[in-house]
Amino acid sequence: METQLEMFETNLESVRTAVTRTSPAAFQETLADVVDRPTVGAPLPFEEVTLEGLDIVLEPTPDQLREAACGVTAAALGVADYGSVVLESTPAGAELAGLFPDRHVIVVRERDLVPDMASAFERLGERFRAGSDDAVIATGPSATADMGELVYGVHGPRETHAVIVEA
Amino acid sequence: MASERSRKADRIRHVMETEGDSVERNARGFNEGRYESVARLEDYDAYKDRARAIKEDAIERLPELIEQVREAVEENGGTVYVADDAADANRYVRELARERAAETVVKSKSMTTEEIDLNEHLEAEGCDVWETDLGEFVLQVADEAPSHLVAPAIHQSREEIATLFNEYFEPEAELETAEELTAFAREYLGERIEDADIGVTGANFVTADTGTMALVTSEGNARKTVAVPDTHVAVAGVEKIVPTFEDLQPFVELIARSGTGQDITSYVSLFSPPVSTPPVDFDDDEPIADDPADRDFHLVLLDNGRMDMRDDDQLRETLYCIRCSACANSCANFQSVGGHVFGGETYSGGIATGWEAGVHGQESADEFNDLCTGCSRCVNQCPVKIDIPWINTVVRDRRNRGAEDGELDFLVEGLTPDEEPAGLDLQKRFFGNFSTLAKLGSATAPVSNWVADTLPSRALMERVIGVDRRRDLPRFERETFVEWFRNRDEPRPVDADYHAVVYPDLYTNYIRTDRGKATVRTLEALGVAVEVPEVASSGRAPLSQGMIATAGDHARDVVADLGPYLEAGYDVVAIEPSDLAMFRGEYERLLETDRYEALSERSYEVFEYVYGLLENGADPASLRDADDGRGVGSALAYHSHCQQRTLELEAYTTDVLERLGYDVLTSDVECCGMAGSFGYKSEYYELSVDVGDRLREQFEAPDAADRTVVASGTSCLEQLDGLLARRPRHPISLVAPEESE
Ligand code: SF4
Repeated sequence: METQLEMFETNLESVRTAVTRTSPAAFQETLADVVDRPTVGAPLPFEEVTLEGLDIVLEPTPDQLREAACGVTAAALGVADYGSVVLESTPAGAELAGLFPDRHVIVVRERDLVPDMASAFERLGERFRAGSDDAVIATGPSATADMGELVYGVHGPRETHAVIVEA
Repeated sequence: MASERSRKADRIRHVMETEGDSVERNARGFNEGRYESVARLEDYDAYKDRARAIKEDAIERLPELIEQVREAVEENGGTVYVADDAADANRYVRELARERAAETVVKSKSMTTEEIDLNEHLEAEGCDVWETDLGEFVLQVADEAPSHLVAPAIHQSREEIATLFNEYFEPEAELETAEELTAFAREYLGERIEDADIGVTGANFVTADTGTMALVTSEGNARKTVAVPDTHVAVAGVEKIVPTFEDLQPFVELIARSGTGQDITSYVSLFSPPVSTPPVDFDDDEPIADDPADRDFHLVLLDNGRMDMRDDDQLRETLYCIRCSACANSCANFQSVGGHVFGGETYSGGIATGWEAGVHGQESADEFNDLCTGCSRCVNQCPVKIDIPWINTVVRDRRNRGAEDGELDFLVEGLTPDEEPAGLDLQKRFFGNFSTLAKLGSATAPVSNWVADTLPSRALMERVIGVDRRRDLPRFERETFVEWFRNRDEPRPVDADYHAVVYPDLYTNYIRTDRGKATVRTLEALGVAVEVPEVASSGRAPLSQGMIATAGDHARDVVADLGPYLEAGYDVVAIEPSDLAMFRGEYERLLETDRYEALSERSYEVFEYVYGLLENGADPASLRDADDGRGVGSALAYHSHCQQRTLELEAYTTDVLERLGYDVLTSDVECCGMAGSFGYKSEYYELSVDVGDRLREQFEAPDAADRTVVASGTSCLEQLDGLLARRPRHPISLVAPEESE
């Protein structure tokens, strides 16, 4: 039987999202390998890992946002059967860092995986009722077929990469 | 009339030539994708049921939910404005733009703002308005209206967009590939977004309990439109409200699959604005997060006729529509001509008529409502189970009733014993009263056949009632099926377990009597005691002309004629799938419940019935199998009929044929393109042939070219007969035992 984590990984790949598994200890090293420079990001709302100390601009100016090749932000949930991640915006601009640069690196914890959309919506319902004001269920890179063929990377990122933190 | 018809034909031909290829490629791609994607979804049917139930409930409680949305949004810090109509909504948004001295407004795709022409109003206020969805952007540059609900520029090819952009923007290097075009648009629109003072979006759904809007997109433009400017205006029809946040889930599972065949789009954005992302001022060089998130949000809920639709028993279902476009993508005619021929002012495709009648009024729905042939292929594709053809029929009926007095009515006096208003179009009247014509034609055959075939009468028919002379006319039999049965001298089975009436539909009774006779022989060989009484015609013909009252008369007559048989325990076997579909479907709308149920529960399609008999132990040895098919061969190419497939009956025919040793290849195009009277009408003849061409191609492909062609529906048989060199046959003619002479 495929585990939930394996299912998530398989589905991420099928929606054109690269996957790297890592541990809290190896996190910063892993991340340094997968980002493109210059990088912007938003502080991760997690205890076990942080972006502090990496060469990542956590409080970008509009110009830095525009010039960044890569953005690193956290996912609140991972939806295993779709390969989707739930991105929430923060006053520090997580939404923007995951939207403007060409490459989006998403940090998702294994413990935040849910099996399917129904469970995701249950969790999200609780959050929204408690006052949460937005969430984007993102699946793969941004895409359009409006120019006659499928092209990735329109207003949003062209490449997506999920870094899954185990344990 | 005649010149109006030829103008219409010209326009259809022109659009087929200029936009047909792109529309066909894209719509068929989406359509195939849908079949694959919904097949992967476990519990697809359960999701549809839930989606439907949520919508029924939401529309039922709409006034209360609107108030709930207002409370939730205000509690979040936003504002709700319920706009009565387009003018009211536009005024509100214009005033906002004026207050904010907005110079640049960016928009994320929204059909609702198209419905009210918001762009024009904002431009009149002096705003630069930019569509950020690439498809909408193309249309904005080309100054065209959307031709599709989901992919508005579906009719444009990459080459056409490249030419358009190169001419309009004169870029330094000529744009050519889809990548280059996309990169250019991203860059160009990126700058507009950076400058924007207001972001306008629609909403796919709005939840009443949390005041959340769901936006389903792929490009990311909606996210930027909401995030970058500090003012966000969302314009949504009131029907977009669902009661709870969790109600979004079935729609998230269904909407992309139904529309474009993706399991999910890249982004499902859930916003309860004002959102906490800091707005971005690109003229500033301080860190973005330093700006306090001072955001302004306005939700404009648009009525514009929707509350009246809610009170309208026939149009109400339109409000359940989630605008996924599945009905358009699965529509054979839409695949050929797209929304620029199909729709009204804004909306296009199957359900467009309902929307246009509701929001822009009957006139906007009038023009091309005829392109819905009532084939019903869209019905099972709709994720909220809307009976789209019925809505089209209702709108057609209302149009008929608003018709002015015609001029040539004296010509068809006596041929039109109908319930329709005097001004009803002659062509409609002719096709709608086909039963009377068939009776007369049969009584005077073969003279009537000969007269109908002569050149002067074809010219007259074309000019006066618009029957295209390129189409062969049905040939009436002198002896009707009913008469043949009455005059026949065959021993009846005694002590039969099954008693059945073979329904003598119009075509079987007057024109294709052979298939009626073959049905009788088949059923008798399987031990059924058969009757073929005189029964009224089903009403399909008037219904397809939008003559609902006349169809209702037919329905009552049918039930009266069949009543005694049903009471005596007879089943009803229908040969023509579209008539069976009347009994099982439309009769529910035309008759009182108990009358409808008695017939609907006991009527069967002929192969469904044969299948049932075989399953219950009847011996197939009495039927003719593939080996003694009189030179037919054992390889068949089978085209089922639209309504037969909608009722999920196709498998019975293929199963029975396979049991009898045939190797059956089935067609997978949506429709043969003929659909009853449609293909006879001179203004639609070429469209009908264009649609039929897809079926022809499939049956001329190497794996089918040598197979005997079989089809279940009368119109399919006639279309195939016109398109192929081989003569198509009704499957019952292969199965029935030889005549005993
Ligand atoms: S009527 Fe049904 S299939 Fe057509 S767009 Fe609306 S929801 Fe989709």
